[in-house]
Amino acid sequence: MSSLLKITDLHVSVDEKPILKGVSLEIRQGEIHALMGPNGSGKSTLAYTLVGHPKYEITSGTIEVDGAPLNDLDPCERARLGLFLAFQYPVTIPGVKVADFLRHAVTNIRNPARKEGEGLIPMRDFRKELKERMEGLGMDVEFARRYLNEGFSGGEKKRMEILQLAMLQPKFAILDETDSGLDSDAVRVVSEGLQKLAGPQMGVLIITHHERLLEYNVPQFTHVMLAGKIVETGDASLAHELHNHGYATVRQRHPTEAAEEQEREKTAPAATAVR
Amino acid sequence: MLTADSIPSTSFDAAAFEQFLATRTEPAWVTDLRRGAYETYRELVATELDPEEWKRVDIRAFRPEKFAIPVASQSAAAFGTLLADRAEFAGVVSHVDGNCSRATLAEKWTKQGVLFGNLSEMVQLHGDVLRPHLLTSAVKPETDRFSAWHAAFWTGGTVLYVPRNVQVTEPLYSLIGLAAEGAADFSHTLIILEEGASATLLEETSSASPKSTGLHVGAVELLLAPRSNLRYVQLQNWNDKVWHFAHQAGRVDRDASLQWTVAGLGAKLAHIHQDVFLDGKGAAAEVNGVTFATERQVISYYTQQTHNAPNTRSDLLYKDVVRDRARCIWRGMIKVAKDAQKTDGYQRNDSLLMSEECRADAIPGLEIEADDVRCTHGATCGRVDEEQLFYCMCRGLKRSEAMHMIVEGFFQRVYDRIPVEIVRETLGQAVERKLGIGGE
Repeated sequence: MSSLLKITDLHVSVDEKPILKGVSLEIRQGEIHALMGPNGSGKSTLAYTLVGHPKYEITSGTIEVDGAPLNDLDPCERARLGLFLAFQYPVTIPGVKVADFLRHAVTNIRNPARKEGEGLIPMRDFRKELKERMEGLGMDVEFARRYLNEGFSGGEKKRMEILQLAMLQPKFAILDETDSGLDSDAVRVVSEGLQKLAGPQMGVLIITHHERLLEYNVPQFTHVMLAGKIVETGDASLAHELHNHGYATVRQRHPTEAAEEQEREKTAPAATAVR
Repeated sequence: MLTADSIPSTSFDAAAFEQFLATRTEPAWVTDLRRGAYETYRELVATELDPEEWKRVDIRAFRPEKFAIPVASQSAAAFGTLLADRAEFAGVVSHVDGNCSRATLAEKWTKQGVLFGNLSEMVQLHGDVLRPHLLTSAVKPETDRFSAWHAAFWTGGTVLYVPRNVQVTEPLYSLIGLAAEGAADFSHTLIILEEGASATLLEETSSASPKSTGLHVGAVELLLAPRSNLRYVQLQNWNDKVWHFAHQAGRVDRDASLQWTVAGLGAKLAHIHQDVFLDGKGAAAEVNGVTFATERQVISYYTQQTHNAPNTRSDLLYKDVVRDRARCIWRGMIKVAKDAQKTDGYQRNDSLLMSEECRADAIPGLEIEADDVRCTHGATCGRVDEEQLFYCMCRGLKRSEAMHMIVEGFFQRVYDRIPVEIVRETLGQAVERKLGIGGE
């Protein structure tokens, strides 16, 4: 049976300011969903909320995996249940080698009951797997010895996120603008990488402004966010339309949300994701 | 602050000193040195400690009279050591409660004139070699009450002497152990490298029992003749009932190079006065510090990099992690003399705070009299970054595991500078153990 990530009427505030105002979404393993929308519409907020960032407060609504609520779980517990976020701005962990970090991560995800200090997956197996995955993504295996994201270029960081996705094989992967800030070669590498990884065992939510990622990973569903709500859901052609024509027609079709969006921009600068 | 009337010393008063001297069989110059130092000690113990060095270190609870120099040591005491079994050492010197319990050196090095052994014996056998250096130029008895106290009462310690152009390619090992309850250790480490010589000495301190109280009033003297090369490591790993006071100084002559690593893991309160003197043109010193203070530990350093000659280089990096209600203090200074043009001096201290109640003070400083120098310093202090923790947790690490990984990563930068692999490994594992992880 495939797993289901179910988001029901989710309201989220940051510093007591409401950002998400009733988001509902169902993602099954094996499905690809695209989430689009103008800056500040709440896409990244949804991503961070799903994986449990402490700054994002769920004021009402639920997030469930196969009926089990995640609302009160910390990010580690959610990760061990199979949620993964590819960060828009991956964090640098100084002095921690990629290989050491990933060996801990992989062990924990595959053995969710593991406690700190308990055995890690055997070094030999891990190295072999890591090497294969890195080669598959066209990464220099030397990266395994570097400190996580320290001194990495934008493209290298995004590739590192995809490598982690490959190693952790989550049930649900959320990609937060993984294609932003990359040159077209890097976008291709990341897109192809995701294409190889996504399959019947992975539900994918792709947050993007661009189409390239979606060319390789054609979504069955495209959702459009405006002012903290999903205002439209369609298929791949909706993504195509938005890409070509922008959000003007969406705003016309949803004047209430468009007005809210305008109001918000007047009172505060666009909400930006935590960096 | 210690005041004279807070030390109704019984174990270190004049009668005790005479008694102590009677137990020693030493050349007259050593006895004279001790007598002079004892006079200085009596004066200095009544004098206020330098506030610049001591104002952040509270030793009001320290009671010297609770400690005494044991007459005979329990040489059979077993120590949990971090380094002893990790490598084949060219020689080993062990002290328990200030008395030497073991001294070995491989024959191939003795044949080349290398001396490695116990200071008490060495002053008798090789006084001519030691006399010019022992407590004369690196650590001076008159510096403060602790240096004077040490100079009056030292009982033993490790001596390494390497003759001209001899390269001791295998590391040497020295253990300073405390075993008896209330024991005072006055071990002295003296390393003399003649011109062009090189050596590596790994030294650690250890307590036989986690419970026994102890005192260490130590001194380390590193004397590097021109073109010599020394790697010296001291890993302070006492139990948390030991008071540790030490003067540690290196003098680096022309084109010589010193790589010095200090690690502070143990002690109830530790204060180290660490001096590096760049005395000859082209001298270089790299100083690495790894400190991890937990519970109610206080670990304090007063470091000085003194450039006395042109074209000298010093590079100090201290990293400390503080947890629980512990405290770390670092006061650093780079001094550049008028003639020391083209000096390149660097000092940096980074502190990572793991709890709300812990505290770290880092005060860098520069005193520069030359006009053509490059001296930089820096200090950072911060808590474990929440976004780093979040990122790690998103990859399935529990908050505590993520915290530990970040702490280990924090130290990694200084491990990367340590040239001896077993020291890097040892420190990594010691930190893990203190974090409460690993150790199988």
